[in-house]
Amino acid sequence: MPGPVQSIERAAAILRLLAQGSGRLGLTEIANSLGLARGTAHGILRTLQLVGFVEQDEATGKYQLGAALLHLGTSYLDVNELRSRAINWADALAARSGEAVRIGTHLQGKVLVVHHVFRPDDSLQTLDVGMLMPMHATAIGKVLLAYDANAAAALHDASHDGELEQFTRRTVRTHREMSRMLATVREHGWASDVDEAGMGEAGVAAPIRGYGGLVVGAMGISGATERICDSGGRPRPDLVGYVRDAARAVSRDLGASRW
Amino acid sequence: MTQRYVMSIDQGTTSTRCILFDQRGRLVSVTQREHKQHFPRPGWVEHDAVEIWRNLERIGPEALAQAGVGPGEVAAVGIANQRETTVLWDRRTGVPVAPAVVWQDTRTDTMVDELSRRPDAHVVRERCGLPLATYFSAPTVRWLLDDIPGLRERAERGDVLFGTMESWLIWNLTGGPDGGVHVTDVTNASRTLLMNLRDLDWDPVLLGFFGIPRAMLPEIRPSSETYGTARRVLPGVRISAALGDQQAALFGQTCFHRGEAKCTYGTGAFLLLNTGTEPVASTHGLLTTVGYQIGDQPAVYALEGSIAITGALVQWFRDRLGIISTAPEIETLARTVDDNGGCYIVPAFSGLFAPHWRSEARGVIVGLTSYITKGHLARAVLEATGWQTREVVDAMNADAGIALTMLKVDGGMTADNLLMQFIADVLDVPVVRPMVAETVSLGAAYAAGLAVGYWPDLEGLRRNWHRAAQWTPAMDPGRREEEYGNWRRAVERAFDWIKPTPG
Repeated sequence: MPGPVQSIERAAAILRLLAQGSGRLGLTEIANSLGLARGTAHGILRTLQLVGFVEQDEATGKYQLGAALLHLGTSYLDVNELRSRAINWADALAARSGEAVRIGTHLQGKVLVVHHVFRPDDSLQTLDVGMLMPMHATAIGKVLLAYDANAAAALHDASHDGELEQFTRRTVRTHREMSRMLATVREHGWASDVDEAGMGEAGVAAPIRGYGGLVVGAMGISGATERICDSGGRPRPDLVGYVRDAARAVSRDLGASRW
Repeated sequence: MTQRYVMSIDQGTTSTRCILFDQRGRLVSVTQREHKQHFPRPGWVEHDAVEIWRNLERIGPEALAQAGVGPGEVAAVGIANQRETTVLWDRRTGVPVAPAVVWQDTRTDTMVDELSRRPDAHVVRERCGLPLATYFSAPTVRWLLDDIPGLRERAERGDVLFGTMESWLIWNLTGGPDGGVHVTDVTNASRTLLMNLRDLDWDPVLLGFFGIPRAMLPEIRPSSETYGTARRVLPGVRISAALGDQQAALFGQTCFHRGEAKCTYGTGAFLLLNTGTEPVASTHGLLTTVGYQIGDQPAVYALEGSIAITGALVQWFRDRLGIISTAPEIETLARTVDDNGGCYIVPAFSGLFAPHWRSEARGVIVGLTSYITKGHLARAVLEATGWQTREVVDAMNADAGIALTMLKVDGGMTADNLLMQFIADVLDVPVVRPMVAETVSLGAAYAAGLAVGYWPDLEGLRRNWHRAAQWTPAMDPGRREEEYGNWRRAVERAFDWIKPTPG
């Protein structure tokens, strides 16, 4: 078994130090207190600052605990903030794919729709923002289940007798089937639903990530199965590409570096 | 080589942006560069016109490089610009004779007071459709002519030229001192206080009123027409459109029919209503302005209602009160309660604009009780934008004699669903957001593409417009009237706060 990770131990020590006393310390004070080289302490502080656990006062240069630490128990990213940051990319995805776009987050075992862009054909459509969708039958829900352990646990708690609600004969039925499918989602980095939430309806979705790769939501398109899928019944590769590009662009804006 | 793109230049108050659009009106590349804001004295706001030109020299080619295209693939370029900001420059050297005076600058307030007391002051509104105010260009030009020794003589000889930002950029793009074309478009000219709204030409009476020599003024051209060919930055590309930014947004939202309106929600908000080919004089505190003119077709006019504080109230809530940490959180906080709890905020931070025009008004929060939480205040913040929109729409319906049936919206605040629903509720008409948020840039691109045949006609442009979202009114009519009554009572309490200075 590997030993403790030194930089995490040091980061924890810095946070404990800042949580004591006045809570405002300069770089030298922090480095001296912990017996670290200034460069080492600075590197750790900058990383903590990036994730929001530490803030630096612009005028004095002193460090203090960040707002993100105080809100650690509540939602990491405000859903209205998520919409605001994603709105231009979601519009671009709708324009490129020709399909409706939704962004969803997890809420008590369901998908909460936080943003919705109409399919660009000017047909009559209703705004879905604030509505709930099933997790196991939608591409957005599957992405959230695949990458958010809390969402998966909540779904498990909500389902009676281990049975998942059936919308069509193609809806995923058991948790075992679900686990296999989610492994595939994690392997490919995107999810789809084909005739699972309703016959003739399909969707494709990909994860939106924040700092450190934490999944904060999922973004996807949905529409008629014959438009979303090729003749073999699989989602069209060009559409999958558009969805993944758009989700990655939002993730980059939110500070996820590697995805 | 096929010409596959149209470029827009959006020369705004804080930055300049270049965007390439494809034939379906989709964004292909975006580049942007901010310029410095100079505040040399209280109330003064200046830009360095040379810095803005240098920024364009940089971001124009960058936008092409980002998309991997050459100037030969660009069918035309169109310009949208911050309105009323004034530059005077030397025709021979191309060097500005003074810093550009920005529309927010109030150095001419005393002069404007004096001018409005003149017995013939009524000619201004009659001939140009606008009230005498500091942010229009004519008082600024007069101030500069008085302030800089010898400038008036040089201007009378035509050695010093006047322009708003689009004139300055077109003159430089087409060669500058070496044969630069000195033009403006009808929408920009309509914001100077010097253009006759019906003739669409410089009005001798207004030139006389302000004491401005005609020799320094650009030629007034339609908004959509080729003015010349760029010799610098985008060599060989036709310059085929210019519009003030709010008019460009009207065009980008494809409000081509009489009765169609758009509202752009930013720091403040600008609502423009297409009133067709006849100017409508306002009796309800709105401005009469030119919407656009395509080639030799008749000009299309607009009524404009400006609201000083909309998004700025959310910023105040965030930065000054610190109740929220990001602007979108206002919606989260507002949703913690079901209504405003009886609380109203009138954000008359520097008076109220349309339709009240009360400079002595100041902001109030009314209806405070121990019941009120920060959630109710957040509701009141958002509702203030809704009710201010309603007041402007009421004024427009009264002036234009046609009732608005739908409002097209754009700008950053359209990401706020609670606000957009509230606007639909209080206006009792659907509110629609288009798929391309960059309506200012899109409008300039559309007007330029139209001039060179890249797009065939207005109907072709309308087909590019797609709704991204629509909010449908759902408020009980009785409740709407009661709340509107409360809002109006709150507004009355904001009036008469600043005492008139004696003498």
